[in-house]
Amino acid sequence: MDNKKKSKFQIPKWGWLLISFLTAMALWFILSIHPKTARSFPYLPEILRALGTVISRGILVQDFLSSMISVVSGFALGFVTAVPIAFLMAWYVPVRNILEPWIQFIRNIPPLAYVPLVVIAAGVGRRPQIIVIWLATFLIMAVTIYQGVRNVDETLIKAARVLGAKDRDIFVKVIFPATTPFILTAVRLGVSVALTTLIAAESTGASAGMGMRIRSFSNSFEVAPMLLYIILIGIIGITSEKIIKTLERKLTGWQEKREV
Amino acid sequence: MAGEERSVKVKIDHVEKIYDGRQGQMVALNGVDLDIYENEFICVVGPSGCGKSTLLNIIAGLLEPTSGAVYVDGKKVEGTGTERGVVFQQYALFPWLTVLKNVMFGLKLKGMRDEEAKEIAMKYIKMVELENFVDSYPKELSGGMKQRVAIARAYAVQPEVLLMDEPFGALDAQTRTQLQAELTKTWQEEKKTCFFITHDVEEAIILATKVIVMSARPGRIKKIIDVDLPFPRTQDLKMQKEFLDLKSQIWGEVYQEYLEVRK
Repeated sequence: MDNKKKSKFQIPKWGWLLISFLTAMALWFILSIHPKTARSFPYLPEILRALGTVISRGILVQDFLSSMISVVSGFALGFVTAVPIAFLMAWYVPVRNILEPWIQFIRNIPPLAYVPLVVIAAGVGRRPQIIVIWLATFLIMAVTIYQGVRNVDETLIKAARVLGAKDRDIFVKVIFPATTPFILTAVRLGVSVALTTLIAAESTGASAGMGMRIRSFSNSFEVAPMLLYIILIGIIGITSEKIIKTLERKLTGWQEKREV
Repeated sequence: MAGEERSVKVKIDHVEKIYDGRQGQMVALNGVDLDIYENEFICVVGPSGCGKSTLLNIIAGLLEPTSGAVYVDGKKVEGTGTERGVVFQQYALFPWLTVLKNVMFGLKLKGMRDEEAKEIAMKYIKMVELENFVDSYPKELSGGMKQRVAIARAYAVQPEVLLMDEPFGALDAQTRTQLQAELTKTWQEEKKTCFFITHDVEEAIILATKVIVMSARPGRIKKIIDVDLPFPRTQDLKMQKEFLDLKSQIWGEVYQEYLEVRK
């Protein structure tokens, strides 16, 4: 796909990024002047003005921190619980048979659907937010890591055994490193799910947060700051993904090339 | 062979293996008896499904026989042990470890200190001529190089018996020939008892002191053929009458079994 152009010099990667960026900006501009869409897509100057306002009012920092606290604690709980459950499921057939159908079932329900239930059970405030993110990240990460443990090449375990490895060595020196790529993939998916779920989680009567603020701007028809927040959530998402991808490359560079 | 009396290294005593499958029981091995003497190089040939891999896994201690037993130096095999090394067809290198760390793996498990383990590992890496690749990861190596690492890794823990399950099966003809020559050389230097599975009759004759032909369904030893050709066995040997006679004899035995299986 890269070489379709007939020109002799290749457009460098940053060049394409620039072209892509300018195209989007142009499209956005058209949307902002077209009478039918102008109200929902205010253009850059207005967005920048909104940025100034939310910074000076102090709400941006407050919202960002509040959301990050929920995302980070929910994700951390999800990770800490998903790892042992995933290994138990891979190890013990009864655990797998009992848990797996339910993990698959709940995983397919959009978090937004069960948020009200969590609020009724856990009250309003930060608690239900963390619980919802915990649940959503736990489900995706447990499934991914479990697949990883089950995918460990059996001949590697045999090879370790004939070289004198005991059960404990096999866990620490074979299964754990062999599963690392899946754990990192799980982290990447988990972070992405945590952000997606955040908006649902903050619809539970939060007092601050990126998702809650979008809702409140929407209620008062403040379109420019709302669009700004939407863009910021996108930036947070892509930044965290890039960080994790770098981490993946560093830690699992030994892998045969493969995209998950 | 020569008159000297050698001690039995591995005794396979009426080993039977029955698998419970969906279509009822499947007899993989039906009373296999075999004495493997010290320093012998045994090659096992036979059609797929004759239980040769099952037999190797039982000797390795990775599978339990349904009845019968395997003894190494008179001691009954129960589970794996470092006196029995295994080289697998799929290399089975740890992809997250470098060549050096792969070869050191078994040594570290023995509780050896880093420097000591490294020294021994380097000796065997040099033996397989990969000293320029000590810090490479398996994904950077060709198939032949990977199998060399696996052989070095197996030798490093100083096993007395080396079990090899079609180790060169996935390699191209040239690499195969080269590794066969290297393996003969190491076998002569290191004096290990080798048990080598292959489906390639020529490979068996080039390597073995004794070729075992197995029959399928149920798997059992059909014929034991001594190969009294002098080492090192070069490629020219393949053109000579003795070699061709052996080849047609062994191939005849194996081919009958292929026909049996196809029925």
